[in-house]
Amino acid sequence: MKILVCISVVPDTTSKISFTDNNTKFNTQGIQYILNPYDELALTRALDIAEPAGGTVTVVHVGTAESEPSIRKALSMGATDAVRINAEPTDSQFVASQIASWAADKGFNMILTGRESIDYNGGAVCGLLGALLGLPSVNVITKLEVSGEMANMDRDIDGGRESLTCKMPFVASAQKDLCEPRIPNMRGIMAARTKPLAVVEPGSANSVAGYASFELPKPKEGVKMISPENAGELISLLRNEAKVI
Amino acid sequence: MSILVFAETSDNQYKKSSLEAVSFAAELAAKSGSAVVAVSIGNAENPALLGEFGANEVLTLHSGEYANFSAEVYAAGFVAACKSKNAHTVIISNTYSGKSIAARVAVGLGASLATNVIDYPDMSNGYAVKRGVFSGKAFAWVNLTAAVKVLAITPNSFEVKKNAVAATVSPFQADAAVSNTQITSVNKVTGSIPLTEAEVVVSGGRGMKGPENWGMIEELANSLGAATACSKPVSDMHWRPHSEHVGQTGITIKPNLYIAIGISGAIQHLAGVSSSKVIVVINKDPEAPFFKAADYGIVGDAFEVLPKLIEAAKSTSAHA
Repeated sequence: MKILVCISVVPDTTSKISFTDNNTKFNTQGIQYILNPYDELALTRALDIAEPAGGTVTVVHVGTAESEPSIRKALSMGATDAVRINAEPTDSQFVASQIASWAADKGFNMILTGRESIDYNGGAVCGLLGALLGLPSVNVITKLEVSGEMANMDRDIDGGRESLTCKMPFVASAQKDLCEPRIPNMRGIMAARTKPLAVVEPGSANSVAGYASFELPKPKEGVKMISPENAGELISLLRNEAKVI
Repeated sequence: MSILVFAETSDNQYKKSSLEAVSFAAELAAKSGSAVVAVSIGNAENPALLGEFGANEVLTLHSGEYANFSAEVYAAGFVAACKSKNAHTVIISNTYSGKSIAARVAVGLGASLATNVIDYPDMSNGYAVKRGVFSGKAFAWVNLTAAVKVLAITPNSFEVKKNAVAATVSPFQADAAVSNTQITSVNKVTGSIPLTEAEVVVSGGRGMKGPENWGMIEELANSLGAATACSKPVSDMHWRPHSEHVGQTGITIKPNLYIAIGISGAIQHLAGVSSSKVIVVINKDPEAPFFKAADYGIVGDAFEVLPKLIEAAKSTSAHA
């Protein structure tokens, strides 16, 4: 069993978001970077499947050397080895094409991603990889079990959930509920220091999307307070003033 | 040249998000002089309905292989339709299924892809789209440079607009695709409104004290025709299912009205709901940070305020 998990590195969820250079660049000052939470789920599930089967879990990341602490974290959680494709991850199509051209001839039985990165929220890498590699892709899975050549999965659909089976190899993206993220233990952290982390140079890929500028949401104009005794008045304000019900 | 739209169905009916997508395409088509071609995949009761929202043509793909959703098969059929109609723009609603096929369609057409699109594209200088990033904490303008563009538009961001045209409905024959995935069961929450499509959402936090008190949240939601949601601690404690968790690591929503009860408003929670048109915060702590993001606020105990709201909502809805 050979599993590939694609990881991205994102600002911590408590980060206050701001921009510099006339709103064209994300302000990285004071930002703590973490392994994308959904990718941790994908990795944990991959490890839980591969370890009893004597398989391997490789993590792949498209990014610069600044990401290496988060890649080490993935190794300390239990990944066998890591590959960093040395390029600025400009958009999901660029990232997916880099991963696809690197992974194409490696014979992975499954490729897992997070459902989306919590910074750019593209949610596209799973489907892009599936199409680029000619594999089935299943988004937002909440269950993944393997029996023989088949995988049984649950995936979220709007307003419910469905169960499906899929023959390996495939690409799938992890949604909450898939598992609880594994927390690295001291042994894992020590072992991660000497695990292989290969750096490969990117292949050629045309970028077809580029971030031009950013905006922050407009601040609210101020809150209208209603006394708790007259709480019912809220309903008429919502109906007649805000006109939303 | 045409604009192709994915018309997604649920229980053989077009979803509201599909009507938003057709309306969006009709708006774009009016500017560019293109035809709007809706692609209806799977069983749909009334394909001609899409004409009421501006689809000039409806192509139906409803043979056996489309009976159940498969990202591969749906995307392959949709790509074939796009090629036969010479698509320059593709509109897909950013639902779970829509997002599953959007990426594959972009690869199939060699197109630029933007998901989470929340505004009409700016074509004054190139082709720029506005999309939500940082889970609702910010927006980005992205330049799309490939000849064909695939836009996955956020549900509830665009109006459903009546714009009746005479639509021709015809079956479309794509090369048979074999699915590698087989759906074995579907479990839909019947009768409830999908959270991402709901126009009104009533949401409870830790201030509700326990899952046994959710009856009041549900009663208020029912009387307002709303969906229910919850904060991260509530889903972490399994008071409510994860599928109701809104926030940075849950679902991002943008309803017309978001009512937060007993939620303090941590930055991660605000990220998921700050695009709501109107926000109501009910919290007994006057210092709760959520009040800064609210349009209406009540400082009070949820267990005293909620019954009054339910009563008022029921009595006014009776007169409506």
